[in-house]
Amino acid sequence: MPNSAADTKATMLAAVGVADVDELFEQIPDDHLARDSNGLAPGVRSEATVRRLVRGLIDRNEDCVANVSFLGAGLWQHHVPAVVDEIVTRSEFLTPVWGTTSSDFGRNQAWFEYASMLGELLAMDFVGLPVYSWGSAAGNAIRMAARLTGRGEVVVPASISPERLSVIRTYCGLVGGNDPISVRLVDFDPATGTVDVAALGLGPDTAAVYVETPNHLGVVETAVAEISAAARANGTETVIGVDPISLGLLAAPGDLGADVVVGSTQPLGVHLHAGGGVGGFIATRDEERYAREYPTLQVSLAETTRGERAFGMTLFHQSSYGSREDGNDWTGNSVYLWTVANAVYMSLLGPQGFAELGRTILANARYAAGRVAELDGVTVRWPDGFFKEFVVDFSGTGRTVAEINAGLRTHHVFGGKDLSTDFPDLGQSALYCVTELHTADDIDALVTALKEVLA
Amino acid sequence: MSELRNYHAAVWDEPLVMELSAPGRRGNVPPSPIAELDPAGALPAGVLRQAAPALPEVAEPDVLRHFLHLSQETMGMVGISLFGTCTMKYNPRVGEQLSGRDGMAELHPEQDDSTLQGLLEAVHRFDLMLRGLSGMDRFVFQPGGGAAAAYTHAAVTRAYFAERGELGQRREIVTTAQAHPCNPATASAAGFDVITLPVEEDGYASLDALKAVLSDRTAALMINNPDDMGIYNPHIKEWVDAVHEVGGLCFYDHANFNGVMGRLRARELGFDACMFMLHKTFGVAKGGGGPAVGAYGCSEELAAFLPGPLIEATEDGYVRRENPSGVGRVREYLGNVNQVVKAFGWLTSMGADGIREAADISVLANNYMEKRLLELKGVTKAFPQMTKRRLEMTRFSLEEFTAETGVTAVDVQNRMGDFGIDAFWLSHEPWIVPEPFTPEAGETWSLEDIDYWIDVLAHVLEEGRTDPELVRTAPHQQVVGQLDGSSLDDPEKWATTWRAHRRKSSAQ
Repeated sequence: MPNSAADTKATMLAAVGVADVDELFEQIPDDHLARDSNGLAPGVRSEATVRRLVRGLIDRNEDCVANVSFLGAGLWQHHVPAVVDEIVTRSEFLTPVWGTTSSDFGRNQAWFEYASMLGELLAMDFVGLPVYSWGSAAGNAIRMAARLTGRGEVVVPASISPERLSVIRTYCGLVGGNDPISVRLVDFDPATGTVDVAALGLGPDTAAVYVETPNHLGVVETAVAEISAAARANGTETVIGVDPISLGLLAAPGDLGADVVVGSTQPLGVHLHAGGGVGGFIATRDEERYAREYPTLQVSLAETTRGERAFGMTLFHQSSYGSREDGNDWTGNSVYLWTVANAVYMSLLGPQGFAELGRTILANARYAAGRVAELDGVTVRWPDGFFKEFVVDFSGTGRTVAEINAGLRTHHVFGGKDLSTDFPDLGQSALYCVTELHTADDIDALVTALKEVLA
Repeated sequence: MSELRNYHAAVWDEPLVMELSAPGRRGNVPPSPIAELDPAGALPAGVLRQAAPALPEVAEPDVLRHFLHLSQETMGMVGISLFGTCTMKYNPRVGEQLSGRDGMAELHPEQDDSTLQGLLEAVHRFDLMLRGLSGMDRFVFQPGGGAAAAYTHAAVTRAYFAERGELGQRREIVTTAQAHPCNPATASAAGFDVITLPVEEDGYASLDALKAVLSDRTAALMINNPDDMGIYNPHIKEWVDAVHEVGGLCFYDHANFNGVMGRLRARELGFDACMFMLHKTFGVAKGGGGPAVGAYGCSEELAAFLPGPLIEATEDGYVRRENPSGVGRVREYLGNVNQVVKAFGWLTSMGADGIREAADISVLANNYMEKRLLELKGVTKAFPQMTKRRLEMTRFSLEEFTAETGVTAVDVQNRMGDFGIDAFWLSHEPWIVPEPFTPEAGETWSLEDIDYWIDVLAHVLEEGRTDPELVRTAPHQQVVGQLDGSSLDDPEKWATTWRAHRRKSSAQ
């Protein structure tokens, strides 16, 4: 604090004309001032001392580098190129708040590049700045659909992540409040892990269907185009959730008839951060009908008065900053720094990178699933339908997933997410995630550890 | 007045990264698969992508240089940013360094609690520190920003009245015109009707106006105090009592905590819940707008409605537990805990004495600024009849200057950028005073920086009188000139993606 120097304080006090800084707090009545001690210790001025304390806590954690991790379920460990970390730790990108369109020029260009490249992956022309998370994006998109249709129901396959569903339910509101949206869960086909049109039961009050592909259980949905067509015929908006890292391999949602696309920005160059890496995107076709329902801020290409290329916020007035409670939902600080990471990541990978990455992930995941399925009592559900995550059923081993995962930890392996509570019909199952980062040695380590744990 | 800097922003005339593309270039090569697999044989043809996405093909060094150029074309806090209401302060880089370690960056929230003990301890200890600062009984960090914390309060309010069977009746959330827009907006998004009280002559809404709207339909009050004009409502205890009398809940938006850190505790004022912004008040970088944290704290009574998971200290270590009667989730996982760990480090280094001193310096610096600014012809203060000293910021007006010269606050803001000073805060919509501006020095900016800022403003005001066109057409020393905003809301011209722009420009 530069102005904590005694001389500086004295200069300011003299200029203001008070003897004691307490005089400046005259607005606050005495009986408002804190009565009890706040219990904070005296400050620690040495960076070295604070660093040692915080590092000590951080280094006590067991991480997904020192251990081989198969955890995913909506937050996935992918490679983060060094250039991404170099750029997002630059002071210029770490510290801006809300400058002018000139002083924020470079950041706004990076944001526009983010939206542009994501639009290419999704085959969608209108992309907003990100919201807090995938679940938030889905919640916002469902609310967009409800406003667009004037209807009050969203249909969601029961394969959805309980974590994300819980966020969606919060966004959909409660009966008794204004304009609640009811969430109707529909069964997926236990034989394939997917949903078809008939399962959705579209009705006259269905505002939106929300389908993810790959879905939470890892399976690539095969009827998205048919679902979109049926939804359109029913006056229902199709909201599709995707993992953007799959889109060098899997069809773009815009080409499958999606009206609104949402998903996580985290796979595109953001570390896990124990969940602090999440972010969500919303994208649509560039039609006014959709554009005017965005709750986000959006960067648009524009020009200066001198004809130079520039960037500005489009449709600002419909945000809560512009219109308070009359705006679309609300906006605020989001995950905009990660937008820069996403832009760098997509620039680095390019079309060839995304295509190869998709093939490697698919191949590695299928390889791992095949190895695991060779173990006695262990089966892989829907072995022909998944991308990077797959359901491993341990019911035949007589062990619980909790017991198995505890055993695996002693081998420095983090087993897949336990599904047995959230999806009891799947028995003692776990959701395993395998990416481009896993090596043959990692899969050997898993198989060896599983053999010992199951022995 | 000191000599002004001969500043010019970096100008790289940098193409879009899409325009740097050349066929065959690669920036990053993924690992080869463990065993080759032909996707066409592994998945149905209908789900596979047919045409490659039109992403740029750029080599790694060129990607690095491109984004370095863009960073240099961004001022951030490399310049001087006295952006009121956002408390632009220094972000200790040790926090960035530490959060990049594998023990933070490479943690998965689905890991077993036993493997996350250091993280859970840091978050729990920080929760205890915020409880001390606010008097609240528990904090959660799931909201990804201040607005998300306001939304959390609206959701908690909803759950609280739903449990009592009163949600159908408790339809109204009350706020004021000087509350941040996120308060009415999140209340509305959570399904409530919003009542906004006008600001009256002392700079805040009156107790009578509040009482006139309170009833058995009142669900909650959502309010900031002090607001972002540095004005403190001295009747806030009576406000809280009045809302409680009709059975409503009171939420304290502590976005403007910087001037009163260590002096006020929300719970002692009677509030049921409050919110702190770790990304402004507690030393975490803004990042251009997140990842942020709106730390939401509440009373024991409301804790039953908090989103899960909650962290508990037990004899066997720290555990996460669900909160069965709570609102579920407002966002996935524990929140931006990487930012919580940085804030923990910041608050540890500041301590009880440090935050008190920082608040004092913030208020002292603002009063110093106010003294000098009001000596400038054409600068007035909002609500001058409220003569008491403002806290950590003051809302000023250039109304008289604009009347004299035709040059607006936005023009002045643009011209100040030509001297290495980033935009000042104007005001949230709708403007309560004409041609507003709201600087906030906080504890970070040195007296010399503050003086320079004022000197630049004085210089620009003088330019506005002698050569108004120079100011009106600013900036001139920036990355680019003034934005022509006329195309932004035109559906035929707006383009949030390059593909949309190319389609629209080729159609014309």
